Amino acid sequence: MDKLEHGDELGHGEQTGESRGVTRRSFVGYLIAAPTLVAAADLAFDSAALAALPTVQPVDAFDLTDGLTLTTAPTSQLISVEIRSDGTVAFALPRAEVGQGITTAVAMTIADEMGMPLDKVQVTLADARPELVWNQITAGSNSMHSIFTPVRVAAAIARERLLEAAAVVLGQPVGNLSLVDGIIRSVTGQTVAVATVAGLAAVSQTVAVQATLKSPSQFTLIGTPRGRIDAHDIVTGAKLFAMDLDIPGALPTMLCRAPTINASAISVRNFAAVKAMPGITDVVIIPHTTFVPGGVAVRGQTFGHCITAIRALDVVWGPGTVDGKSEANVLADLRASELPMLPPLLGKVIEDTFVFHFRPGDPLETSCAVADVRSDRAEVWAALKTPIWCKEQLALHLGLPLDKVTVHVTQAGGSFGRHLFPDAAFEAAEVSRVLGKPVKLMWHRTDNFRQGRVHPMCTSHVRLVHLLGNVLTFDQRHTSVATDFSQGFGELLTALVAMVPGLNGLTYAQLIFSLTANVPYNFGVVTQLINEIYAFNTFNTSSVRNIYSPEVCSAKELIVDRAARSMGKDPLAFRREFVRDARLRAVLDQVASAGNWGRTMPAGTAQGIAIHKEYKGAAACLVEIDCRAATVNRRVPDAYTGPRVTKVVYAVDVGLPINPLGLEAQMMGGIMDGIAQALSYSLHLQNGHFVEGSWDNAYYTRQWNTPPSVQIIVMPPTGDSPGGAGEFGVAATMAAVACAYARATGTNPTRFPINHDLPLGFTPLPTVPSIPESPTDGLEKAF
Amino acid sequence: MSTHTFLLNGARVSVDCDDDLRMLWVVRDLLGVHGPKYGCGLGVCQACTSHLNGLAVNLCAVRVGDIDDNDEIVTIEGLAATVGAPLHPMQQAWLDHDVSQCGYCQPGQIMTAVAKVRQARAEGRDLTDADYDQIRNVCRCGTYPRIRLAIAAGAQGMRRGG
Ligand code: FES
Ligand code: FES
Repeated sequence: MDKLEHGDELGHGEQTGESRGVTRRSFVGYLIAAPTLVAAADLAFDSAALAALPTVQPVDAFDLTDGLTLTTAPTSQLISVEIRSDGTVAFALPRAEVGQGITTAVAMTIADEMGMPLDKVQVTLADARPELVWNQITAGSNSMHSIFTPVRVAAAIARERLLEAAAVVLGQPVGNLSLVDGIIRSVTGQTVAVATVAGLAAVSQTVAVQATLKSPSQFTLIGTPRGRIDAHDIVTGAKLFAMDLDIPGALPTMLCRAPTINASAISVRNFAAVKAMPGITDVVIIPHTTFVPGGVAVRGQTFGHCITAIRALDVVWGPGTVDGKSEANVLADLRASELPMLPPLLGKVIEDTFVFHFRPGDPLETSCAVADVRSDRAEVWAALKTPIWCKEQLALHLGLPLDKVTVHVTQAGGSFGRHLFPDAAFEAAEVSRVLGKPVKLMWHRTDNFRQGRVHPMCTSHVRLVHLLGNVLTFDQRHTSVATDFSQGFGELLTALVAMVPGLNGLTYAQLIFSLTANVPYNFGVVTQLINEIYAFNTFNTSSVRNIYSPEVCSAKELIVDRAARSMGKDPLAFRREFVRDARLRAVLDQVASAGNWGRTMPAGTAQGIAIHKEYKGAAACLVEIDCRAATVNRRVPDAYTGPRVTKVVYAVDVGLPINPLGLEAQMMGGIMDGIAQALSYSLHLQNGHFVEGSWDNAYYTRQWNTPPSVQIIVMPPTGDSPGGAGEFGVAATMAAVACAYARATGTNPTRFPINHDLPLGFTPLPTVPSIPESPTDGLEKAF
Repeated sequence: MSTHTFLLNGARVSVDCDDDLRMLWVVRDLLGVHGPKYGCGLGVCQACTSHLNGLAVNLCAVRVGDIDDNDEIVTIEGLAATVGAPLHPMQQAWLDHDVSQCGYCQPGQIMTAVAKVRQARAEGRDLTDADYDQIRNVCRCGTYPRIRLAIAAGAQGMRRGG
């Protein structure tokens, strides 16, 4: 698998660091004046990446990964590692850890570059640091890509400074010393511990120094499979999330939320009675704004007290933003807003429009934040991907100087794009401000489904024209309910538009779409355009994991399968013939052989295959699906079973894999998403609200849907820098499952997920009260 | 309001609260034990799964008034102590298979897994794919395949470890 064919690229060059001319190993950084050794990386001078980007090309040359890296470049100098006197290395990561394993990958990178054992490197999450400007946003699976070199430079400076200090202690020239496994050794066998020289290596004046990075051949950790650094804390229950923090006085607080999307509470008819309920300290209306979902806040001794009080509230609600609307109305609006295509060329036309329904975008940990807002200061704890923006907005809203607002980034119980929105932090701060008391604010699960952030409903119209064995044109018109890019991430995108010529005038949606959508086939004249409907805050949406790509890719790959059929070609053979990227062909071949493409299968079952290009990488997925009645009609109580994906083979090339074990985990998560998105996971919009209110209503993949066989193949390195991983498992899987379903059933599915139009498999929870009562049958169900 | 007492991770505890309060809030908000997670409060997601007298229960679906003085609750924090080791074999299996991603669901997953293994063992059989298919715990990060592998390994560890 390590032979890549570069001969047939048709000018579409591979985007490795090498081709940009940024591969070099000598960098300038700083030793920072401090009581112990602190080394910082300065990459502000490093405009090589900029210089190599002449104008905006289609996505081949400049994609979202470039966009995000470019905006983070100017302030990267502020990334520093500290060597403590006990010989441990500390690094406060200016990124969010949401389960994607970034803390582990960064710890491995530091340990490897320095020559330290992995368990001596401690990575925590940095508080909001406004001086970092754009360099504290976690989005677009870009973290490892943008931070890899700065982190290594800081680590290399620290290593070289430690060796200098050791040279004095040991009376040896620096060239005779090396740092391996946390011990400094001389060629003559003398040793000294890092802890011994850490203090001596400290400097009293900040100085610029040069350091040389290790060559990739010297890596001993990078590229090897490592377990998560927080795994032990997780399995013992010691890992703390925002909800687990014990901040003095921060009593549980929940909100009674509106029966329709984005409605505001007008008044409470039984305010005094609820306020007098046992264990309840406060009841207050929090108006709905763009930043704060709002409702009626209830603060009490426990969340159980809050739930009881909320169920007792009698609230008068104002209008919502989509009152009376159902998804049929939205679909009609989408169809009416589709951008036109030119009339087709002469040839065989393969064409269809695919509908993708709303689906939930929230993680398992419901939205939560702790806030302590006083007249002269504020402190907030929350899982945040845009902490600087959150801090700035809080300061503005609370009328406090920036340095009086402290924003702590907590570990997140998943994100999938949700934590780009600090709404829980804003809401907690607002409740705390109004009450003048600390609060621990938590959303109820049902609210997270109904008033949380969703992946927008969209359609994708695709037309392919072929003639005499060639594809002449490929057009895709994607039409979507607006994705909300307004908070934090939107600021970064605005900066990006300003920095790169050619992007001016694009909306956020067009920008993201133009940087991510692509057709990795030689399909003649290709056009892909997006149009959005409604204001960004009509529905509550977010850039849910992989944003537009799963739908764009699924629509495209379904049409590719139909084109192959129309031309009498096997889906794999067709893709091999038309694919225009050597790395994509390599992953395609890999899954085809590992997954035994084309094997004979019983009627009602089939394979599907799909490819996807994004994040400076290449991915291919092969699945097998079982759509036979006996499988589809399996009975699991309160569940949707349906067709089962029985096997997944996924190959991914991310350039330089840092931690293959973590990378596999990210692909696995993306695979489970892709399966759910194709088959079962959606929301039904009825009369101004979403019907689903629990995990037994909205059918994310569960164990009974999990493929018994999942094989993930991490391709050997094809570059010197890590591409994105966190979202890279979704698109190709969703597309492959959709294609397999079409082949197994002999149908041309156009509405996803495929179960969406079946009768509801559950009785919807009431919308008033907004929170259902907790059951009491736990003991009966014990096992 | 009445006083409730029971055993929590080997220690006797008492709380003053309404009979109706669900055990999840008693344990998390009144007693400060945060291992059992809130994911729905509806007996659906299983993130709050802990053991009551050795059986898996959803703490969000049990009234404190239904708990007796001699009932023993074990949360993820107390699991290892039940085998007198730094880690329960199931926790070790979770580490060996690097199951966790964000980790939010995992305390509940592990408590469910241990109960499933005990249940199968009581019926004199090994866990099969059909048993895994019945596990209801939600993992929104999608760690399901590794969970299956880890349960099989943890079951072996439990057989060895007693
Ligand atoms: S929180 Fe108890 S089952 Fe979800
Ligand atoms: S590991 Fe994140 S929900 Fe399971």
